[in-house]
Amino acid sequence: MPEALSSFRICDFTGQLAGAGATKWLASFGAEVIRIEDPVNEGRWDILRSRAPTVDGNSSVNLSGSFNNHNTKKHGITLNLRTERGKEILAELVKISDVVTENFSKGVLDRWGFGYERLKELRPDIIYVSHSGFGHRGPYSDFKSWGPVVQAISGLTFASGLRDQEPAGWGYSFMDHTGAYYMAMAVLLAIIHRQRTGEGQWVDLAGTEAALTLHGPALLDWTVNQRPTRRPGHPDSNRNLWPPMAPHGVYPCAGDDDWVAIACRNQGEWEALTSVIDEDWCRDPVFADLEGRLASQDALDAHIAQWTAERNKFEVQSALHEVRVSAAAVQKPQERIDLDPSTENFGLWRKVVHPEIGPVRVEGHPVHFSKTDWSIERGGPCLGEHTEEVLGRLLGMSSKEVDELREEGVI
Amino acid sequence: MTALTGIRVIELAREPIAFVGKLCGDMGADVILVEPPGGDPCRGYPPFLDDTPGEDRSLYWWHYNSSKRSVVIDLDDEDGRDRFRALVATADVLIEGEPPDRLATLGLDYDDLIKHRTDLIHASVTPFGRNDPKSDLPATDLTLLAGGGPMWSCGYDDHSLPPVRGPQQGYQTGANFGFLSVLTALAYRGVSGEGQFIDLSQHAALNVTTEGSSIRWLTAQTTVQRQTGRHASVTPTTKTSQLCADGRLASTGAGARNQEQFALLHEWLKELDLESQLPEAVFLEMGANWEGHLNMGLIGEDDAVTAIFGAGREAMKLIASTLTAQEFFVQSQRKGFTSAVVNAPEEAFEDEHIKARGFHVDVYHEDIERTITYPGAPYPLPASPWRIWRRAPKLGEHDEEVFSELT
Repeated sequence: MPEALSSFRICDFTGQLAGAGATKWLASFGAEVIRIEDPVNEGRWDILRSRAPTVDGNSSVNLSGSFNNHNTKKHGITLNLRTERGKEILAELVKISDVVTENFSKGVLDRWGFGYERLKELRPDIIYVSHSGFGHRGPYSDFKSWGPVVQAISGLTFASGLRDQEPAGWGYSFMDHTGAYYMAMAVLLAIIHRQRTGEGQWVDLAGTEAALTLHGPALLDWTVNQRPTRRPGHPDSNRNLWPPMAPHGVYPCAGDDDWVAIACRNQGEWEALTSVIDEDWCRDPVFADLEGRLASQDALDAHIAQWTAERNKFEVQSALHEVRVSAAAVQKPQERIDLDPSTENFGLWRKVVHPEIGPVRVEGHPVHFSKTDWSIERGGPCLGEHTEEVLGRLLGMSSKEVDELREEGVI
Repeated sequence: MTALTGIRVIELAREPIAFVGKLCGDMGADVILVEPPGGDPCRGYPPFLDDTPGEDRSLYWWHYNSSKRSVVIDLDDEDGRDRFRALVATADVLIEGEPPDRLATLGLDYDDLIKHRTDLIHASVTPFGRNDPKSDLPATDLTLLAGGGPMWSCGYDDHSLPPVRGPQQGYQTGANFGFLSVLTALAYRGVSGEGQFIDLSQHAALNVTTEGSSIRWLTAQTTVQRQTGRHASVTPTTKTSQLCADGRLASTGAGARNQEQFALLHEWLKELDLESQLPEAVFLEMGANWEGHLNMGLIGEDDAVTAIFGAGREAMKLIASTLTAQEFFVQSQRKGFTSAVVNAPEEAFEDEHIKARGFHVDVYHEDIERTITYPGAPYPLPASPWRIWRRAPKLGEHDEEVFSELT
């Protein structure tokens, strides 16, 4: 099968998930992603390189499960950019690359002498995509961030929570994932633009800005109606405002921390739900129509919770699916990864054999393309795993030259 | 000219995929929204212009359908299907979220449509993928987030409270992958001239958007547990949110990490005249004067290191409690600490940094003679700018101009 992006080469300085997640997508579709890492600090500008989890509990720059997952199929080379020779080699690589990607704080590439102006000198149609929490322009451009900061600043943390509680926020770096998706979009949009015009450009992606676009209707309610989301009783995010639905919530089930989500989108689904529950309260006239159910939603939820609490979450899910009501067990990691035919049959989880980790599973992608599907044949690169191969193949260096570079501390 | 100028996208109106069309349209694509007679039900979703329900007053509709044109086609009618085929013949991309068998039954699936447009890119978005029988069942943003993994990690330390969803992000995450897939297919078509069919599963999209939850299980078969306002974790972590003087929350982050930062923090505490309120302040000084690498990895093992980092966190929280959340955020960031204010979306929107980057975008609605301020670009592409090219369309507003071009 041909690969969608095999004609594009990316000179990649990304790390963590917010950057590495973007080039993972591109690599999976065939782009030649060359990850450049520092030999002196062993690539630790990506803090995930030596972090848990690992398969056997040991720790080293080549054993991290997160690093391995986010960097599948990429080439890894080392280059010491403190040395002149290292900078010369990077310049040669930029000349033959289509895209340069990074998610450092503002100014790091400039300090190395590889800011956008210099990149453009090396390759006039270069595409440069930087991704940071606040971007390289604006009053906060020197501020530092990671996923939870982006989420807090942009309102995503605030928007997620139960009534009369502090925000629950996101229990992970949702914006590292989503920021990576927007970074990959920016790369592809710039590639498509270049295909059509021959022009390159610099995209100064700011995670907080991308995150703010995810609140559309709430922001228009603010600019048009001056209605803030910070108001009594809000947010109450397991309920639904657009459109209002009742019931719409997450209910306790029998078992250890087991829950089920139920949503009735219309009167027919409410009637279907009550045909399954079939208790006296279902016929209470206060719940007869949507207006009534919205007005009595606390009481309604209490009744449903009492019913679900005695039942297994997957049994509730099946019983409601039987009558075509939206319902889903809140799945634990093992349930959705090891026991869920829908992810298994989709081929979502892939096993790679890593030279040091051994066989280990990684995340795939949630799509299949009929002609150029993604593939993941290998895990993340060990530190410097492809240095010799890449410098030989792309820059024509002999093994002897590469050995000399190694002795001089350039790679 | 912008990145997708001249690319024609047909979108079969459905709530979960509207965002894909918006992402295409705002980058310059000619997005034609195909609605059934009577229109897409999302036209009736709140909130409304001036809080008054009515035709073309849904702000929800306005947001998700900017930069699109609307035509009405009845796919349940043979003339309608002919018209749809003629429309697809002019298109580069089709985006749809129909139940798995619906288009095949109508004779309008990928295999039928490529007879009319050989290089068509057809993206299908369903809950579990085209080949999964569960895709025929109803699903909502809530149930997708519940089954797909994100919700397990989100909620409160108190596990008698339910897991919590980030509203809209189930649909929007699927849509983000929809747009990413369309762009990938367009880049390939730019090289090869070929289109193709794309089968997207929203359930899978959420399954790979859970960070540590998946990675921990895939790598080490351990299970993260939800915690209030911070990362779900296999072993509990310390709370980092702090109520500030103005009643808003700040996230104090990891606090000081090295000698220089402990010195800065100690100095800041003194400047604010708070040293006497923090008995542990002595450990800040100890951190500032520490010889060699101050290793966070030894927290819990080495008493001195534990006390030093503990004092750092307490100092940050104490300072935060005496300032407004915004003051704490700006002042601590200026000192090099990775902290945040927990903004409501509208507070984030009004922030000076966001405004300075040009995120407020005014769009003139000629039909109501009003200028409406919208959220701006997710990414600034200077050579191919994002823009709201037109307000969301009225039902069938473009029937005549679109249909008159068709043969």
